[in-house]
Amino acid sequence: MGQTAIRIEQMSKEYHIGGPQKTYDRLGYQVVDMLKAPFRRAGKLMRGQAGGAAELDETIWALKDVSFEIKHGEVIGIIGRNGAGKSTLLKILSRITEPTEGYADVYGRIGSLLEVGTGFHPELTGRENIFMNGAILGMTRKEIDRKFDEIVAFSEIGKFIDTPVKHYSSGMYVRLAFAVAAHLDPEILLVDEVLAVGDVAFQRKCLGKMGDVAKAGRTVLFVSHNMAVIQTLCNRGICLRSGGVVADGPIAEVVQEYLRDLEQFKTENVADRKDRKGWGKVKLIDLQVSDGEGHPTTLLKAGSPVRFTFDVSGMLANLSCGFTILDDLGQPLAQFKSDVPGPEDTQRNDGRVRFICDIDELMLLPGRYRLDVFIRGGGERQDLLEAATLFDVEIGQLRGRQITAPDNQRISMLMPHRWQSPQS
Amino acid sequence: MDSLKQDIPNASKLDDVKPTYPDFPMIQIKPSKGWVSLRLDEVWKYRELLVFFTWRDLKIRYKQTVLGASWAIIQPFFTMIVFSLFFGRLAGIPSDGVPYPIFSYTALVPWTFFANGLMQGANVLVNNSDMIRKIYFPRLTMPIATVLAGLVDFALAFIVLLGMMVVYHFLPSANYDIKIGLNVLWLPMFLLLAFVTTLGVTFWLSAMNAQFRDVRYVVPFLVQVWLFLTPIAYPSSLVDMPWRLLFGLNPMAGVVEGFRWVLLGTDTAPGPMIIVSSVTAVILLVSGAFYFRKMERVMADVI
Repeated sequence: MGQTAIRIEQMSKEYHIGGPQKTYDRLGYQVVDMLKAPFRRAGKLMRGQAGGAAELDETIWALKDVSFEIKHGEVIGIIGRNGAGKSTLLKILSRITEPTEGYADVYGRIGSLLEVGTGFHPELTGRENIFMNGAILGMTRKEIDRKFDEIVAFSEIGKFIDTPVKHYSSGMYVRLAFAVAAHLDPEILLVDEVLAVGDVAFQRKCLGKMGDVAKAGRTVLFVSHNMAVIQTLCNRGICLRSGGVVADGPIAEVVQEYLRDLEQFKTENVADRKDRKGWGKVKLIDLQVSDGEGHPTTLLKAGSPVRFTFDVSGMLANLSCGFTILDDLGQPLAQFKSDVPGPEDTQRNDGRVRFICDIDELMLLPGRYRLDVFIRGGGERQDLLEAATLFDVEIGQLRGRQITAPDNQRISMLMPHRWQSPQS
Repeated sequence: MDSLKQDIPNASKLDDVKPTYPDFPMIQIKPSKGWVSLRLDEVWKYRELLVFFTWRDLKIRYKQTVLGASWAIIQPFFTMIVFSLFFGRLAGIPSDGVPYPIFSYTALVPWTFFANGLMQGANVLVNNSDMIRKIYFPRLTMPIATVLAGLVDFALAFIVLLGMMVVYHFLPSANYDIKIGLNVLWLPMFLLLAFVTTLGVTFWLSAMNAQFRDVRYVVPFLVQVWLFLTPIAYPSSLVDMPWRLLFGLNPMAGVVEGFRWVLLGTDTAPGPMIIVSSVTAVILLVSGAFYFRKMERVMADVI
């Protein structure tokens, strides 16, 4: 094997968590808390409860005793559920935050695409932002000068390069941001789901660029929920669960491990799940999939009616629900949003905060699918639950036509259609 | 570096090119213990970024303002007018034998540099929290750039000061009455003192603000109180000698009196008070930098 690129030894990261929305501390609060603490502790001692500093502050281990080694030239997919520690790992490797214990030896320059466009200033022109952003990412002026034309060409910004980026469309903004980051040419590249940006053509271009990076023998750590993309790009996978490594090896095997991990959701109660994203003022507390007759099931017939029922913990202004159907490898297939009105939509008035989505004909081929559910309200994303449920689709009928399992495993969509064939 | 090229077997399934690699410099990422070193070498490595931050600050500072960079002059100038009217005229506060307007303006020029540096510097991390959370770079560059950018405003206000000195015959002109002397060589020293003080306080405030947003509310109040603790509207000669040393604990008092001594020839030559000021300023800077570095460890997590 080649030279070591990254060696991680027994690395752990502890986070102090207050309330879910506590984004910063208030000095006054801390002072009061400090003054109160001795009394509270004395009280606890008197009541015979063991009290210590740990009790005053809730902490979680985002990473716990993680060790692995990566060689130069490897393209590694980091996978795991939300909250498994993937982002924390990348944050530590890109030196944004420090580990609590353990260490990592990194050989070579690390570039990260944790969030493209961070550090862009709306008032500066595209050209100025390229230089600014390049410098923030650790490029020297000379380097940027040399790559400038290439960056502009890649971004397809063209003549708008001297326009302040606040006048850019969001697509242009993202393209330029990615172009800068993609030309950083680090020995080790950290990528976190940036491929979800831009239009399809640009996404393909980004994937191509990442392929080039890998081809040039550079090291790439890639975090994604899309197993299809991960399997194309990576040759080795590392699967994290609750801050620890549960699988490390050839990508196909690790993806299987991850899918087994997702299976557990079938038995887990939606309301108890902690791996959520969003503000959390309201959450998804129950979710039901039922067939045409209204019987709850996770085995659906292709081409048959299906009903998805979502229960939310509370009401908010502009509350809306949405979900995405993904295939077994995490490739999104279709999205449904209640805030985009349709003429047949109705409102319910039974005192419950419940969204029901009826699909007359389930246009999915037999296979395994999952649902990502998101709740919006008060102008913010309140909840995002990945793999909120899984369901299987079995052989069925669509408008009188028999639906069978696809010849090719990677096909999922179905459409009502009719044929005109030559008479034999 | 190139002489150490080494073959790496290509692990990518995409093709079979064999790239060459120089030996890589190693960085160890580990929890820092106790008082962290300042890692000034890192700041030096990122000096280009420092220049870019400063440049960006200047570029953005007066965007979408009608009066633009003239704000740098308007601020101290109008304060001077208000001070001259109320403190000079109405209250009749003495001004060391110098016309009151130039007496107060000479002090307001470094003071505005200090006050603006504080107010902008205190928020610089919070305003750029996105970057702090997502990109690594030595965070020290941010407050330093803000204070550096303030020097341009200072220069603009200083030009007006030179103009006023001509008007009030402190500079050689047609019918001169030269009051300015070799003391002027000390000017960079006092500017440095102002710079060090501003930087030191900004380090403290910006790092605190990252965790405790109370700082945002404290700063305007702090600046106001500090303004009156500094001999800007009044001369420090109003205070008797043993107490004047205590006054020097406020480095801005040293700066202001230094500026007056250099430019207006007032009787406030660098004495024990300036020494006290300088020592305080250095303590502020060093302690601020260390506090900042200590906070930097958790900045991305708490901001």
